[in-house]
Amino acid sequence: MKKTLLVLAMAVAAGVAHADTLKKIKDSGAVTMGVRESSGALSYTLGDGKYVGYHVEICQKVLADVQKSLGLAKLDIKYQPVTSQNRIPLVQNGTVDIECGSTTNNAARQKDVAFAVTTFVEEVRIAVKANSGITGIGQLNGKSVATTTGTTSVQTLRKHERATGVDFKEVFGKDHADSFLLLESGRADAFVMDGAILAGNIAKAKNPAEFKLVGEVLSVEPIAIMIRKDDPAFKKAVDDSIKAMMKSGEIAKLWSKWFEQPIPPANTKVGMPANDNTKAAWANPNDKPMEDYAKK
Amino acid sequence: MTWDWQVFCKDTIDGEVRAGCFGSGGDITYLDWMLSAWGWTLSVAVLALVVALVVGSLMGIFRTTPSKALVALGNAWTELFRNIPLLVQVFLWYHVLPALIPPLKSVPSFILVVFALGFFTSARIAEQVKAGIQSLPKGQRYAGLAMGFTLPQTYRYVLLPMAFRIVIPPLTSESMNIIKNSSVAFAVSIAELTMFAMQAQEETSRGIEVYLAVTGLYFASAFVVNRIALFIEHRVAVPGMVGSK
Repeated sequence: MKKTLLVLAMAVAAGVAHADTLKKIKDSGAVTMGVRESSGALSYTLGDGKYVGYHVEICQKVLADVQKSLGLAKLDIKYQPVTSQNRIPLVQNGTVDIECGSTTNNAARQKDVAFAVTTFVEEVRIAVKANSGITGIGQLNGKSVATTTGTTSVQTLRKHERATGVDFKEVFGKDHADSFLLLESGRADAFVMDGAILAGNIAKAKNPAEFKLVGEVLSVEPIAIMIRKDDPAFKKAVDDSIKAMMKSGEIAKLWSKWFEQPIPPANTKVGMPANDNTKAAWANPNDKPMEDYAKK
Repeated sequence: MTWDWQVFCKDTIDGEVRAGCFGSGGDITYLDWMLSAWGWTLSVAVLALVVALVVGSLMGIFRTTPSKALVALGNAWTELFRNIPLLVQVFLWYHVLPALIPPLKSVPSFILVVFALGFFTSARIAEQVKAGIQSLPKGQRYAGLAMGFTLPQTYRYVLLPMAFRIVIPPLTSESMNIIKNSSVAFAVSIAELTMFAMQAQEETSRGIEVYLAVTGLYFASAFVVNRIALFIEHRVAVPGMVGSK
């Protein structure tokens, strides 16, 4: 009994040490995609175990290429919903093979996981009420600023407060809908968050014309598809497939499909054209972490 | 899996490790932040416990009085606050009540969450205090009244000294629960331990270390409450009385 356990433990240890996702996919004929329940148009659920979005569709195309190159007649894609808290451990321990959500590529995470080439560069913006007269972060002195607990925007805000000497009162929503409610009900004068999330919340508001995005970009964050670390063969397969889409212009079409056209389930538009940073990332595919963007 | 406990010594702005783990000159490390968060957790819990004990005891006593109006008030209070989930109550206090009563908007969310948590727990304490009083033989009450005590005096000198001693163990559980339940305060922007854990694990990517440390603090806090309650229980025990050893 003890010996079996030992052998088993060694097998597990070996499996972790030599992550070979391509072999795992070939042997099992299945792959697990990590998806989000509601990450804007990037990755979300339609209910009933169906997941769609810009990153989900990119991943489906990547996996189709992988299937072709492995010569598999059939590839079974399993969808595993993940959260901000569990996505990295699940990729590390092999539960999820490829995570297609809204994960920021930063240096701290690169110690634990690897990222494919950046497919979207997010800009952190400020949303205010259109009639508030606020046009930039400098005018937020003494005002209440909402943001969501457990996001990088909290840190961005803290850094700006320190760097510019602007003193504002932070209020934290427990999720994006909650933070938006703080802005809507007047408890907060501004909501600082990723542009796509702000645009999505404004589009879904009772009266979208009441709100607008203002001011400078507070931070830029490369968002990428996440895979296991130390698996160069699989990273190359994923990167090559995405780079081909960037070259052929297919990725721009996918962007337009998810961010500029009406999308399910309510057939509403996010209405957000790709920003310059995103276009630059498509033109020169790279997997630079967030820290490299801040240096500019 | 490798451990990285240095994460607590990192500065919250530039992410550099600080010597001695505590920031100086306005710099804040994750350790500083966690201790401040612990302070918020304890403040919310202790103040809410005071509210809960005062209001809960009062409502529990009301429910055992001969007055039908007071019994109805106590019952209504208990059922109202016991039958709505805590998180929903916190939201009602924070988002709904201020919309109905505008002056409430200027009340700090800290006060609101203390009352929300205090009233929620008061319903549970009312139930326990009532059970404690009802566990006494009816003759005690009649004896007190026959001695010429007024009803309040009967409660003060005859019923409550025994009832409270009997309900110390369930009250201990409630006091420990309130420490753990104070985690809902993160939902209304109180910078307490749960919020620290969610935010720090996102910023540092060292979720396991952060959650382990926070778990340790919750456990230690609840355990200290447990020991204090045990000390009080032994200290006030009267040999031969119901519930004493």
